[in-house]
Amino acid sequence: MAVLEIIDVSKNFGAIQAVSGVSLAIERGEAVGLMGDNGAGKSTLVKMIAGNFLPSSGSIRIDGRNVVLHKPVEARRHGIEIVHQDLALCDNLTAAANVFLGRERRRRIGPVSVLDHGAMARRAGELFRDLKSETRPRDLIRQMSGGQRQAVAIARTMLADAKIVLMDEPTAAISVRQVAEVLNHINHLKAQGIAVVLISHRMPDVFEVADRIIVLRRGRKVADKRTETSSPEEITGLITGAIETV
Amino acid sequence: MAVSLDEAIARKEHTLVSTILSSQTFWVLLAVLAACVFLSFATDSFATSKNLFNITRNVTFTAIIALGMTLVIITGGIDLSVGSVLCLCSMVVAVTMHAGYNIYIGIAASLLVAVVVGGFNGILIAYFGFPPFVVTLGMLSVARSLAMVLSNNTVVYQFGPDHEKLLALGGGSTFGVANPVIYMILLALLTGFVLRWTRFGRYVYAIGGNEKAARLTGVPVELIKVAVYVISALSAGIAGIVQTGWLGAVTTNLGTGMELQVIAAAVIGGANLEGGIGTAFGALVGAALIEIIRNSLGLLGINAFWQGTFIGGFIVVAVAFDRLRQRR
Repeated sequence: MAVLEIIDVSKNFGAIQAVSGVSLAIERGEAVGLMGDNGAGKSTLVKMIAGNFLPSSGSIRIDGRNVVLHKPVEARRHGIEIVHQDLALCDNLTAAANVFLGRERRRRIGPVSVLDHGAMARRAGELFRDLKSETRPRDLIRQMSGGQRQAVAIARTMLADAKIVLMDEPTAAISVRQVAEVLNHINHLKAQGIAVVLISHRMPDVFEVADRIIVLRRGRKVADKRTETSSPEEITGLITGAIETV
Repeated sequence: MAVSLDEAIARKEHTLVSTILSSQTFWVLLAVLAACVFLSFATDSFATSKNLFNITRNVTFTAIIALGMTLVIITGGIDLSVGSVLCLCSMVVAVTMHAGYNIYIGIAASLLVAVVVGGFNGILIAYFGFPPFVVTLGMLSVARSLAMVLSNNTVVYQFGPDHEKLLALGGGSTFGVANPVIYMILLALLTGFVLRWTRFGRYVYAIGGNEKAARLTGVPVELIKVAVYVISALSAGIAGIVQTGWLGAVTTNLGTGMELQVIAAAVIGGANLEGGIGTAFGALVGAALIEIIRNSLGLLGINAFWQGTFIGGFIVVAVAFDRLRQRR
């Protein structure tokens, strides 16, 4: 059964039709590349999944149950996590503090409950190990490379026992070596049965990790292909409109 | 491979020593201690118990407010109203007690005023998006004016039936330590604990580091911001009450210009005006350095007009030092 199903979802802002009649389904442990030119409706679609916008029509199902996501917090509660393009990290805090930001672990000492720094650092260390990333939980984000920062942002989603991770341009602003690291992180998420939606402009990255590629153009889904049956040329054609649809 | 990865993750980049050596607070503390050693040899009067008693007590008023100010600065804000709030709160406790109410009602009224003033600042800043500089600059003017209205710009020096209790609260000492010093130490311990060990403290740092990220991860940014401005005003109120007891009189120019001295103490102690960095201990050390500079100029027979130059110089040196260290 698909972990995430989008059924005939449309979104309009006044007279502007941002997304029209899009349906798709994503399985556990599957990575889907969501591609399209600027204004194709990618971010509107993702924002509906993330709970930022309500669809104008159509429905979203998680594990086969209809859900209505009014706020990002509700999406989170259903196991949908987002890695934002700018990663949303605090430079002045440690990696462990960032992983646990908003979900701090505490322990009771007599009448007061205090932050459990040790437990948070240990758990963050385990997550970094699962991601095969050399990231030290007690180091400040300020001192870290782009790849390590990505690891911290991704570890945050793993902490939440996410079912679906939405990644917005995770490889847009980092070095080539770090891109390989991030793509590895995505493979590790897949290996743990987490569904990944990868929004990206970088064709090689999408072809490297995605099992399927979905192309949007002017708010409509124009392609939904298994990666091995397609080619970068075909996808480029679909994005620009040189190829109508498949 | 797995072993080396584990080792890499477990390795500590920073030992305790390197962390201490890289902190601005440590070097300022060293400067304070060096100054103390120098002054005890250079003058006969520095290392006397009377002078040390005076210094520690004088530090407290700046230090107590610097604790609250440090929280505000960590969130990336500023509170220019603390000097005026100190005056207003002093005046409220003085006028209330002068009118015949007991000390508990006087203190409660004063702290209530602090909460209202801080809450007003915080709500305008957090919920209406006003710049902290502008809101608290306005409050600087308003609070002092209210203190003048309240007292009709007179000196209040009679505090009703609990007069002696108030004087003992601020002017007395316990086991040879001036009472204000005890309050300062307790408040510093409390602030240090909150910053390091509570979720609230963690959120204060997070807001200063990346407000947007804090909001996205579910930190109640607005609420925390209101809370830090309330705490800042409360710290000014507490300092005001204690200072009233120590001085035995309140005038409407009490605490004039104090906001600058408090901000200087926080910054010298390592708080970063861009937000995200600062400690309770740093606030104390910064306040101590300022007071020692002031005290030593007097003892060394240097004209008191030089005081501003020295303190100002130290602010710039402390920040320059921090910049150099980060560039390395």
